[in-house]
Amino acid sequence: MRKKVYLVGGYNTISMGTGRKEFSPKKERPGLEEYIREAGQGVLKQIGGAANVDECVIGNFIASRFNKQANMAGFFPYIDEGLTFKPCTRVEGACGTGALAVLTGIKSVLAETADVVLVVGVEVQNTVKAIYGADILAAAGWFKERKDGHAYFFPGKFSDRAGAYYEKFGKEKTRKAMARWYVNAIENARLCPTAQEYHNTTADLLAQGMAEPNPKGFVDNLNVFDCSKVSDGASGIAAVSEEGLKKCGIDKKDAVEIAGFGQVEYDITKPPKDPTKLETTAAGVQKALQMAGITKDQLATVECHDCFSIAGIMAVEAIGFAAHGEGPDFVSAGHTARGGKIPFNTTGGLMGWGHPTGGTGVHQAVTIWEQMTDRAGKAQIEIPKDKPFGLSINMGGDDKTLGVMVYKKI
Amino acid sequence: MNYSERLQNVTVLGAAGKMGSGILLLTAMEMADLSLKPENKGKEYVLYALDISQKALAGLMKYIQGQVLKAAEKKAVALRKVYADRKDLIENCEIIDQYVKDVMNIIRPVTTLESAYESLIVFEAASENPDLKVKIFSQIEKNNQNKPWFFTNTSSIPIGYLDKEAGLGGRVLGVHFYNPPAVQRLVEVIKASATLPELSEFVSQFIKNLRKVEVPANDFAGFIGNGHFMRDALHGMAEVGKLSKEMPFVDAVYIVNKISQDLLIRPMGIFQLIDYVGIDVCQYIMKVMAPHVKDEKIHSPLLDQFMELGVKGGQHSDGSQKDGFLKYEKGRPVGIYDPDKKAYVAIADIAAKCDALIGPMPEGFLPWKSAVGHPAKDDFFKKYFMALKVMDSLGAKLARDYAIRSKAIGLKLVSDQVAFSEKDVNTVLLTGFFHAYGPINDYLN
Repeated sequence: MRKKVYLVGGYNTISMGTGRKEFSPKKERPGLEEYIREAGQGVLKQIGGAANVDECVIGNFIASRFNKQANMAGFFPYIDEGLTFKPCTRVEGACGTGALAVLTGIKSVLAETADVVLVVGVEVQNTVKAIYGADILAAAGWFKERKDGHAYFFPGKFSDRAGAYYEKFGKEKTRKAMARWYVNAIENARLCPTAQEYHNTTADLLAQGMAEPNPKGFVDNLNVFDCSKVSDGASGIAAVSEEGLKKCGIDKKDAVEIAGFGQVEYDITKPPKDPTKLETTAAGVQKALQMAGITKDQLATVECHDCFSIAGIMAVEAIGFAAHGEGPDFVSAGHTARGGKIPFNTTGGLMGWGHPTGGTGVHQAVTIWEQMTDRAGKAQIEIPKDKPFGLSINMGGDDKTLGVMVYKKI
Repeated sequence: MNYSERLQNVTVLGAAGKMGSGILLLTAMEMADLSLKPENKGKEYVLYALDISQKALAGLMKYIQGQVLKAAEKKAVALRKVYADRKDLIENCEIIDQYVKDVMNIIRPVTTLESAYESLIVFEAASENPDLKVKIFSQIEKNNQNKPWFFTNTSSIPIGYLDKEAGLGGRVLGVHFYNPPAVQRLVEVIKASATLPELSEFVSQFIKNLRKVEVPANDFAGFIGNGHFMRDALHGMAEVGKLSKEMPFVDAVYIVNKISQDLLIRPMGIFQLIDYVGIDVCQYIMKVMAPHVKDEKIHSPLLDQFMELGVKGGQHSDGSQKDGFLKYEKGRPVGIYDPDKKAYVAIADIAAKCDALIGPMPEGFLPWKSAVGHPAKDDFFKKYFMALKVMDSLGAKLARDYAIRSKAIGLKLVSDQVAFSEKDVNTVLLTGFFHAYGPINDYLN
């Protein structure tokens, strides 16, 4: 890093959708603007108000279809009048949008065009039924593949990956690990009041996770518990310089430092070389760790992109915690659980906390900031002194647009 | 003529009614699915939705469109394959839309009987009136040159009677859907002695394609479903008669309704079920059954009394429950009709004292909703009824008598050869009435 950059003032709205007690598909719900405003104001309150903000970045995947809304940057002055006439930008990289938003903020600080950048990520997806939402989310893939794709396009893509993985490394052990991944996700979410699965009371999660996939109604190799849900939500955080910290009157101990990042891209028109691997993820992680000058063994926690349980397991391998084919053993041994060797997704991740697509990358940054500044409440884990680093992986499409960040506890 | 050809021209009579609309929906989707098969390309499929009221038909088309949309959303995975060669249909929303159009394009809402003169199949769901059914069937038979097949949804009239009176030469079969047909999985199939075997073969395939459960019943008024239900209801009403000698009528209704729901772990109490079906419909079915049942009296003076008072139960066109024996608010019983006062008594005012009379729930009690999905259901009911068996309360005694009577009714349906097996009786009660266990069991032995 050419210059120190910090993240401060993180805020998450509730991840709203099925599972939350207050959610009913028939009841009217807050819209895009309410979520943006809540998350934006949540950050502004912690950084001394809009006057301190130099730039704004909003991450949103596809409000143009879920909410018939574009020109998203225009919502910043709606958050606070004080943001009127400030430079505002909207970025998009499918489900990897959130990390792109945070990285854009970080780069503005690095480029010295700003000392304080307000970053918000948002998606409101419960406006349509899941079967139509699948159409919309399919835009994260190449549209020319849509016709031959599954009705549930992305579950279909990762079902194919799971099928390939079963074939190569064994179905039974993989399915068991996927169910264990689900258990971890829900148990962590139960500790976080904003999580979509916070109210989950299922007694035997493992048995639920082991449910046999039903190809007639859904996809061949995944059940619904292997998938993240449809979510409405927004998250906000500020990327600031040393000067920015001073300007906002924030103590360094309330900030997390960005130690490195890896932003990488893969050709959207090409299928993965090996469907049992997340190679773009691996490239992004390698780049980020290299930039931070650390190894995976110095990580205290990881927020990975578990849009599907199989993607979580493949991410474990992509980081290098387990060899190719041994991710399931690593997960089943409990190493990724909150008390394990390397706790993953401590507030539930995409499967447990929720996946408001354009907001997810920002939510991951907020979660690590919370863990590194002792703000995670019941979900708090211990960050060992000799392992002061955290990692987040945000993925757009089928391992295409990757935003990876390494964070350091101060 | 094969299965698919037979379904190229169909009429549903009484299409805008509660049963007719469901049958129309299922048939329309089955016909559309056939028409979309590559081998049937270019063939014409026509489904006449026949009813007397234009207004009802307009409502029907709206209902069908909404239901087809829901069904299409559910089977989008399969529909993508059906429309795989349509390059213009890419997204789920486009495919679902096209399917709805394709189904709706098959249906022709009509008000005149002439349409049925060209059909190969006539599905009849007109009102449960033997004379009316005979009249319509004869008229179609006289004018239709295709020797059509008649499928009747009657729940009580013997099929042989309709065959003989309308002169259909064995081209008639009872195909009794349960309410609502789109949801209920059970279909009772009733052959008359002269019914041609090809009709049953066709219907078996049809029911299988609709993913429903076929239970054969003998051609005996009431068949299995109403054969059991009507006698079960008569037992409940007789119990009220006995209890009323010692307590107010409304208390007796409350107690019998409660024990038949809670203590017997059924989805609803017997009086709620009578209201659901309709007091008028129950009275009518009994009237149709009575002349064909020699050794029992299938008649209820209590139903007659309520009909005279104008209290009929049944459902509003939006599916909500009308008041009958019980008064309903948001679908839940809140009052009981007192025929002397000609007014409803609030359940809240009598529940406590009646519950005290009923006595405690047997050990291990679970409400129907939990029991029906119990992973070890058989064991659960064994233990539950064992507990019920040794209890001394009024409620337990009434519940035991009810269960014993219910079993006896089931066994008699088998010995009278209305049902072909004990299993068939249980299947009807399990799938058609959503009971959590079949009436023919050994739980109280």
